[in-house]
Amino acid sequence: MRILALLIIPVLLGILSLLSRAETRRKFRRFVLSITAFLHLMLTASFHFFPVAQEKQGFFSLDPLGLLFLSVTSLLFLLVSLYAWGYFHHERKVVKEGVSHLFTPCMLFFLTAMTLTSVTHHLGVLWVAIEGTTLASAPLIYYHHHEKALEATWKYLLICSVGIALALLGLFFVAAASGGHGSDLNVTSLMSHGKILEPRWLRVGFILVLVGFGTKMGLAPMHAWLPDAHSEAPSPVSALLSGALLNCAFLGILRFYQVCLAANLGHFMSRLFILFGLLSLFIAAAFIIKQRDYKRMLAYSSVEHMGILALGIGVGSGFGGLLHVVNHSLAKALLFLTAGQILIAYRTKMTSEVHGLLRKLPLTGVLLGLGIPCYFGIASPGPLYQRIFNLQRWVILGSCHLHGSLSPGPGGCFCRHVTHCPWDDSGGRS
Amino acid sequence: MDWLLIGIILSAFFLLGFSRLSSCIYIVALQGAMLSALPLLAKGSFQELHIVLMSLGTFAIKAVAMPFLLTRSIREASIRQEVEPIVSLHLSLFAGGGIAVLAFSSIKALPPALPPFSPMAVPVALTVVLIGFFLLVSRTKAITQVIGFLVLENGVFLFGMNLVGDFPAIVEMGVLLDLLVGIFVMGIMIYHINRTFDHIDTRVLTALQESEEETE
Amino acid sequence: MVSELLKLTGHLAILLLIPPIFLGIIAKTKAFFAGRKGPPLLQVYYDLFKLFCKGGVDSRSASFMIRLAPGIVLSTLLMAGLLLPLLYEAPIHFRGDLILFAYLLALGRFFTILAALDVGSSFEGMGASREAAFSAFSELAFFMALVTLAVMTQSTSLSHIFQWGNTHPTFHPAVVLLFISFFLILLTENSRMPIDDPNTHLELTMIHEVMILDYSGPDLGLILYGATLKLFLFMALTASLLWPPTGLFGFQEIGYLLAKVAGIAVVIGVVESVKSRLRLSKIPQLLVANLVITTLALLITVLGGPI
Repeated sequence: MRILALLIIPVLLGILSLLSRAETRRKFRRFVLSITAFLHLMLTASFHFFPVAQEKQGFFSLDPLGLLFLSVTSLLFLLVSLYAWGYFHHERKVVKEGVSHLFTPCMLFFLTAMTLTSVTHHLGVLWVAIEGTTLASAPLIYYHHHEKALEATWKYLLICSVGIALALLGLFFVAAASGGHGSDLNVTSLMSHGKILEPRWLRVGFILVLVGFGTKMGLAPMHAWLPDAHSEAPSPVSALLSGALLNCAFLGILRFYQVCLAANLGHFMSRLFILFGLLSLFIAAAFIIKQRDYKRMLAYSSVEHMGILALGIGVGSGFGGLLHVVNHSLAKALLFLTAGQILIAYRTKMTSEVHGLLRKLPLTGVLLGLGIPCYFGIASPGPLYQRIFNLQRWVILGSCHLHGSLSPGPGGCFCRHVTHCPWDDSGGRS
Repeated sequence: MDWLLIGIILSAFFLLGFSRLSSCIYIVALQGAMLSALPLLAKGSFQELHIVLMSLGTFAIKAVAMPFLLTRSIREASIRQEVEPIVSLHLSLFAGGGIAVLAFSSIKALPPALPPFSPMAVPVALTVVLIGFFLLVSRTKAITQVIGFLVLENGVFLFGMNLVGDFPAIVEMGVLLDLLVGIFVMGIMIYHINRTFDHIDTRVLTALQESEEETE
Repeated sequence: MVSELLKLTGHLAILLLIPPIFLGIIAKTKAFFAGRKGPPLLQVYYDLFKLFCKGGVDSRSASFMIRLAPGIVLSTLLMAGLLLPLLYEAPIHFRGDLILFAYLLALGRFFTILAALDVGSSFEGMGASREAAFSAFSELAFFMALVTLAVMTQSTSLSHIFQWGNTHPTFHPAVVLLFISFFLILLTENSRMPIDDPNTHLELTMIHEVMILDYSGPDLGLILYGATLKLFLFMALTASLLWPPTGLFGFQEIGYLLAKVAGIAVVIGVVESVKSRLRLSKIPQLLVANLVITTLALLITVLGGPI
């Protein structure tokens, strides 16, 4: 019941805000957005205190894994909805155009789709929800209506749609693997039939799903849309994309992974995860070094962190991986939001033109300074490294360390650049 | 049954060879119609409400709504009729033949189709998926990429029909609806691309590249 | 023994006497669609008679090749005709004769091209180059189609292939695909309408007619007769796919053969009336499409096993 409420409230309010599209109702729509976010968070919190019974059948069911992702999404959404008040108020002074009347409804539909991803156990519904996130977020990326936003949106739509079509193919293969046992495609019932699933089709299906949802998640060879979309979307949207949307796709992969674990294909899956994870780490690190646009830099860092997540699951450190999900979501969303502040204040995305941040925006500067260490993940990969260490996979450990020493470089420069410069600046002037 | 499958695969080949956009859209519509008739023919009865509904839904969305949206976006954006492929049409056709050979020869590696469908259905589905991919990467116009995506989707659907016995109706409707909205959003984007750049060639969409930042 | 002789005579008589009439049927059909009366059915016979009565003039730049070519072309076609079962088994049949059939046709084309080049006119050279280029596509499809037939019937002799008897799977998808493919090959090989316009002589776009500009008199008559024969062979082959020879010998069967070939001729006439000539650059595309269709037929056949 509460799960249904969780889904229906944003949809209804989204339709409501869609109906009141006049420019003068702007405040009202923001209000609706924040109220919904608040209600959503409250409902989500209630699941922590009064858990629901898990159902074996049916479309909706909330397990601890789903609840974790749901909580992160809900919390972020509230933060972003509050942030949107100030952000768009300031931004309207700088940028004139924008489809503001679509912002709130699309955000709410986006929220619904993401919620649906977390609360369903049915692989088909999961697919529908993830495709729904693509559709709901496309107008958000196109918010600014200029050429670059258009290009980013087109790439996002097309690449993600194709990826998701592949995932659908994978889903069909998984269904074929079950050969009628658990044809309702429920994760729980598929897991209980794990031993009799046909491993060949399951393998093919899982590869397709990994590639398909991996596209959405931003794993390396399929990450082409990610930097564009994140850098062109308005900052609140970027924060949600990075902090919540990527997680949803990751959750989608995890659901299929659960099924494969039950079918004793863990070893095969691990190798795939490690492969994609390492690839993401290296490609992201390579692109970050030359990056001069700070929003794109953050976007590539998302790719990198998705790589870490995949690696975490690959080496079998579930706890490390999930801890990192939470850590990355919160830190990255925070960084995107501060990046939005910087963008409004300086009106440029080039790192080199951002000077004297601590003087101009002291609070943002401090937050950024705090965010950067989280961003390069000092805390959360800890359990992950430990796991790798225990497994004595020296090659992976070595490459992670190599990567670790590579990637903070530019971030550190960025940090020094925007925070230390004020003193140089003032020194020069006095 | 076999006739419909052959019709589907032939329509995919025609898409590779036709140079007029509007005829491409008609062919996609035809393909959708054939796809929607397939489950009815396979089960051979109009008794099961679920299947009839699915067929009607597929027909309405794939053979009527989507082509209508695409035609509209062509008309509204006043797009020129040529397809403008990157790979020449002859080579695309050759590639299509190659894809078919590949798909049919890998039949042993694919899961077998469920009983009411002929064993040909699975390689046909694979061919259509791969041709969809080929269309997607070898065409420059945004709308032809959408057509490629549709063909890809049709192939995936065909797979689904053959491999999965009973998919819950709600989920299937959700899948179809998602597709419809996807095409709708893409249509809107095509309109905007056309308005912003004066044409819908996706080759102009290259502002966001890594090399660009390095020169700046 | 007597009946064997009778069959051979019958086969030869059909090959030698009947073919020109189908060109007349095509012309009549086109005239009907254009609302004209059109030339009489036997016009081609009159033309041939007229040409054979004339004397010949050869181009001064030409060598012996131009005199040799018409004879060779006609003889290869007659030879091919002996391999093709019309009513009963063909007079000559052995394992693998379908390859000989294809190669005889190719040999005829080779000599036509060679003779066209021999004259030294740039105009004819152009036609020869087009003929060579397009036949490269259509021959591939032709071979593929023959291979498909061979796989389908587990036999490499034309006479065996078309003895499907009661088990003939007329409306099997692969057979119909092959029929389409053979029909397109027929149009290409005989320079019919969507590919080439047989009626024009003064355009830069034609293919077959341009190669035979320098013939005159009896030589032109041989070429014209050869063209009708080739058309007849292809029509008979195509028609046999859906309506195979009955395997009996009698006037009724001859009537059946003539009716089905005449049917194909009418279809050609209709196609020529409603379709305009394709742009030259589009032709390879059509031929490649045909190749793909044939490939598909082969794939289906291989998948489905022998019928």
